[in-house]
Amino acid sequence: MLNVGKIEEGFVLDHIKAGKSLDIYEHLQLDKLDCTVAIIKNARSGKMGKKDILKVECDINTLDLDILAYIDHNITVNVIKNGIIEEKKELVLPKQIKNVIKCHNPRCITSIEQELPHIFCLADPEKEVYRCKYCEQKYTENTK
Amino acid sequence: MRHLMNPLDFTPEELDRLFDLANDIEHTPSKYAHACDGKILATCFYEPSTRTRLSFESAMTRLGGRVIGFSDAASSSASKGESVSDTIRVISCYADICAMRHPKEGAPMVASEHSGIPVINAGDGGHQHPTQTLTDLLTIRSLKGRLSDFTIGLCGDLKFGRTVHSLIDALIRYDNIRFIFISPEELRVPDYITDMLKEKNIPYEEVIRLENVMPDLDMLYMTRVQKERFFNEEDYVRLKDFYILDTEKMQLARNDMLVLHPLPRVNEISVEVDNDPRAAYFRQAQYGVYVRMALILTLLELA
Repeated sequence: MLNVGKIEEGFVLDHIKAGKSLDIYEHLQLDKLDCTVAIIKNARSGKMGKKDILKVECDINTLDLDILAYIDHNITVNVIKNGIIEEKKELVLPKQIKNVIKCHNPRCITSIEQELPHIFCLADPEKEVYRCKYCEQKYTENTK
Repeated sequence: MRHLMNPLDFTPEELDRLFDLANDIEHTPSKYAHACDGKILATCFYEPSTRTRLSFESAMTRLGGRVIGFSDAASSSASKGESVSDTIRVISCYADICAMRHPKEGAPMVASEHSGIPVINAGDGGHQHPTQTLTDLLTIRSLKGRLSDFTIGLCGDLKFGRTVHSLIDALIRYDNIRFIFISPEELRVPDYITDMLKEKNIPYEEVIRLENVMPDLDMLYMTRVQKERFFNEEDYVRLKDFYILDTEKMQLARNDMLVLHPLPRVNEISVEVDNDPRAAYFRQAQYGVYVRMALILTLLELA
């Protein structure tokens, strides 16, 4: 097993579905941060068989992790401070998601005005339903 | 500053105030003849809609204001590729309030986000047409004296008809409303609506034949079976005459039942019904002007 050293302050995102870590890297815009990031792909997992892990060494207030709940609410977020796990963060579905998913309704204004952001609002937290802010079309997996 | 994007943007209490104002305008129009002196309404219609546009223009003119605008995208800067957000920024310099119709869903909302003046959604594709819903509610409240305790039949194209969906959404906020959906199988009300009614314990029935339920209705909301909603001519021709309201069916109805229709009608209401005192659809068009007058005054904070 590959060993990656522990971090002093930041996040360990565990139980990421194998192969999804780069998507999360992108959504959290980690490329814009000047900090140490370890991407561990296909780590062995008793629970999942294979999993990805992300370790990000940064100020814990730097990242907005709400989007993770939308991507995969099974991800475990460990908040690290002074080298130890300070908190296991519970993921809450974001009220609004901007430019993560696209509206595929051909009748939506976003289909003709390219510069508009694709914004989805949480319409039903229980059923995890998001609707386009503009046309209110429900976002479904098969339109991803 | 407030906009109107969706009929549910106003609470039932706010709607009551809006309708009280509309009724006051109806009974004492002279009081409001100069209420909008010096104000300008911009009607930005990216697709033709004579009825709604003229209703807005009539409303502003009757309030003493003026109207500028365009009536199709070809005569606007959209034909040169200007975005809705740029257009509204410019219109905000020219007018005090804007009514916008656009074939793309959500376009008026984009406008409202960049506007310096109140924006009214005057119809965005198949999405929302809030001033039609406000018209329907004002008509019912004015002619029935209440927005609760009645059975309403909705007849025709219940699958694609946005006016019907918005009216249902608006009416479920009131007490003791029972819905009867009258449509061919192909044009049934969508499942998400019946699911919502079940969830909220609101009584409804779905029936195929209009004449069977006529005696039960306090109100009948007729809709047009729109040709453009069908993929082929054959289906349209087969279904369009299914639900025609004529004097024979009207004989089955109560004496105080009201017939509403968002207009324009094609042939779903026979012209012979027009003279029946229960036919309220032309009065409904009149209420459309009153409610738009009240809305303009409210959004301009002149009420």
